[in-house]
Amino acid sequence: MNEWVIKGATIVDPDGTRQGDVAISGGRISEVGADLSGERVLDASGCIVSPGFVDLHVHLRQPGREEAETVETGSRAAALGGFTAIVAMPNTEPAQDSVAVVEQVRRWGEEAGLCEVLPSGCLTLDRAGERMAPIAELAASGVRLFTDDGNGVQDPLLMRRIMEYSLDLDVVLAQHCEVASLTAGAVMHEGCCSSHLGLPGWPAVAEELMVFRDIELARLTGARVHFLHLSTARSVALVRQAKADGLRITAEAAPHHFTLTDEMLRTFDATFKVNPPLRTRDDIAALKVGLRDGTIDAIATDHAPHPAALKEQPLDTAPPGMLGLQTALPLALGELGLDLPEVVALLSWRPAAIAGVSDRHGTAVRPGAVANLAVFDPEATWTVDATRLASKSRNTPYQGRTMRGQVRHTVFRGTPVVIDGEAQR
Amino acid sequence: MKHLRSIDELSGEAIRSLLDLADAMAEVNQRPIPKVPALRGRTVVSLFFEDSTRTRLSFETAAKRLSADTMTFSVSTSSVNKGESLRDTIETVSAMGVDAFVVRHRTSGVPWQISQWTDAAIINAGDGWHQHPTQALLDAYTIRTRLGCSGGLEGLHIAIVGDVKHSRVARSDVQAFTKLGARVTLVAPATLLPASLEGWPVTVCNNLDDLIADIDVLYLLRMQIERQEQSLVPSLREYSTRFGLDDVRARRLQDHALVMHPGPMNRGVEIVVDPALLRGSVITEQVANGVSVRMAVLFHLLGQGSELVDESGGQ
Amino acid sequence: MSGTELTDAPPDGGVFAESGSKFSKTVMSADDIRRALTRIAHEIIERNQGLDHVVLVGIQRGGSWVAERLGSVIASIEPESAVPVGLLDPTFHRDDIGLRPVMAGAQSRIPVALDGAVVVLVDDVLFTGRTVRAALEALNDYGRPRAVQLAVIVDRGHREVPIRPDYVGKNLPTSRSEDVAVTPESVTIRGGQDA
Repeated sequence: MNEWVIKGATIVDPDGTRQGDVAISGGRISEVGADLSGERVLDASGCIVSPGFVDLHVHLRQPGREEAETVETGSRAAALGGFTAIVAMPNTEPAQDSVAVVEQVRRWGEEAGLCEVLPSGCLTLDRAGERMAPIAELAASGVRLFTDDGNGVQDPLLMRRIMEYSLDLDVVLAQHCEVASLTAGAVMHEGCCSSHLGLPGWPAVAEELMVFRDIELARLTGARVHFLHLSTARSVALVRQAKADGLRITAEAAPHHFTLTDEMLRTFDATFKVNPPLRTRDDIAALKVGLRDGTIDAIATDHAPHPAALKEQPLDTAPPGMLGLQTALPLALGELGLDLPEVVALLSWRPAAIAGVSDRHGTAVRPGAVANLAVFDPEATWTVDATRLASKSRNTPYQGRTMRGQVRHTVFRGTPVVIDGEAQR
Repeated sequence: MKHLRSIDELSGEAIRSLLDLADAMAEVNQRPIPKVPALRGRTVVSLFFEDSTRTRLSFETAAKRLSADTMTFSVSTSSVNKGESLRDTIETVSAMGVDAFVVRHRTSGVPWQISQWTDAAIINAGDGWHQHPTQALLDAYTIRTRLGCSGGLEGLHIAIVGDVKHSRVARSDVQAFTKLGARVTLVAPATLLPASLEGWPVTVCNNLDDLIADIDVLYLLRMQIERQEQSLVPSLREYSTRFGLDDVRARRLQDHALVMHPGPMNRGVEIVVDPALLRGSVITEQVANGVSVRMAVLFHLLGQGSELVDESGGQ
Repeated sequence: MSGTELTDAPPDGGVFAESGSKFSKTVMSADDIRRALTRIAHEIIERNQGLDHVVLVGIQRGGSWVAERLGSVIASIEPESAVPVGLLDPTFHRDDIGLRPVMAGAQSRIPVALDGAVVVLVDDVLFTGRTVRAALEALNDYGRPRAVQLAVIVDRGHREVPIRPDYVGKNLPTSRSEDVAVTPESVTIRGGQDA
């Protein structure tokens, strides 16, 4: 007898789109087909069942900033957003630049048991951009994605060395592209709006210069490079050309970057301060094209919780970042103009491949596969209420907005961790 | 109107009414006893997160001449301890019973943030590079009074020279002057202009000598020493040569042209001129007018039952 | 009473167009006003045994033209002694600041020192007395007059403070909700709800 059966859904996975029930036993998919039965039923009529989503870019804040988020609360937000795997960014305190910290984060993830927490590792010690982190040791402990996120590696020589050193390791070097000398003190996108508001600007070229540098260093060294949170039209164009040139490069974009513009800062609400900053309509249009034509491989949330006390500071001292895990799916469904399978690809199997977890996440819904699944109603509408999100923090930029598309159930390693929109643990 | 945070919040007509009210306040200031009971029982708190003794004194003088009670809450940013948010500070002070906050902060937008957390009126006394609306009103008032304009500043050509990029005075003045009908030209190298001037009703000129003989008002912005360390100009000396008011340029000014500066002035940088040649300087007059204009703003925000009533004629 | 007429149209292009009733009544004509001002001028001269130290001060804004007119009537009666005419804006001394919109921009202009002077405050209509109270307080900012007297074209009653006029053009019984408009051409009453 199957333990669980998801009934009445449309299956969307790398194999295509079809009707069918999905039965689960012993942590794996046991049967796929019509009229299956099991001990317990997850009603999914009108819903889509797909491989669970994979977020390449989440700030869990633990260790060090537990007042903002913990591995557990962040995992819960992820599960409620349909994610079964999340990559934890390394800008914790202490930073994830040693096997000890990385394993601790992974252990907290297992204890929470809501999704698979995949710790990233630092490129440089303490993300200081001065000395290479123990990349091989970290890789041996299971780390796949390396980044100094929050900081870009400024020194081109150091970046070249890291690329060369990583060549014989199965790792992805993920860059936060920002030439720091061009963004000192910056609060928002540099343009018409920042000029009017008298706020120090973060010019698009500060991102594009580093995208260009790393493309050329990747061309030179052959390294495997991933670009985090692309935000500008020129960045998309550079990556498109690099892919056409055959370089091993991937890129992600965050929902806030393809839905919100710098105009939001006219309210002077630090909720809208994020790094890289919200840009212009033209940039949004270019990101959408990039997501459609495959230049951008994945949607990643850059979920970045901050407590209210910090976001209620003046704009220059308020930290950058916004929540994203629970709003990613409806924004991807509603704003991109893509067919549903394309949206799921951007949220699930494409990022799973980058994170190196395709054996267990983003896999086709077939008997024998690990049961990491998202079940969502693409038509259900709901209104964002920060106080009801699972994150410890409330800094969503979509407060009060009505969303179409809602996660109904999430199954992690065969266990429904979210049922009817409620976390089960 | 509940707050004065930006010139954006005022129509040209509302600015004219405030300047008319400032005329009435100027008359009060000339009385043997320059004090009226209009704002008795109201409390005005100066909340200065950035030091500015002149602006604070000007506001406090204005409040006192209208018989309001004044309190000063001076915070050097470094002393605000890390745990207390801006919101905590405002809510604590508001609880003491405050009718208006006069706010100065080094960061743009703070007056807007504060207005979410208190019922008191917010008067922006300078936020970052963004706005300094009472400075713009007093500048407009000074020009209107000195050049004998009735109503607005129609037909005047005003050059604003220097570090526009980092200047809240420039942002406010451009809006106020153009709303009153003046034509504004910005004179600065591109390093000292904002990244985008889209939507700014101005023209740009980078050679002061091209228009010095044509303007009615020469408004010189303060040039800060740091700007040469940031390589925005090679040196203050070179800046002064290109954009400072020297004897040659002073002689080319029209007879009626005014020379203005928001203070404090760097002698030898913005102005390198024999004082005797500076017949059009109204810099101290700007300071005196500051009190009348701020009285008008305080009275308008705290003394009215509702919207600004534009009464003209009647005598 | 001469010049009394009933009309359906509001005077002066709808000055009272906002009030509920269309009813209005002219109670003084231009001639009536001229005669009243002439009488008041004589009374001022007689009461003060001449014009030494007398200063006329019109209360902004309704009293300003009345003070100017009174000044010129007095000048025509006593061409030898010039009576200074000033204007006083009591706005900043009102006790209803914050309760209702206050007009901007009227100014005070007091041409002579008031220490020892006999100030004749001049207004168009005397109603609650609160404007005159504010004006008395505002006068203090300019010195200490020997005496202050009050001249009005119309006293319509309904005092809320102990103020009494010294010179009155016309006592006019009104209801509280009525409006009284005074121009150089006429005095009209506009009916209110209980009129």
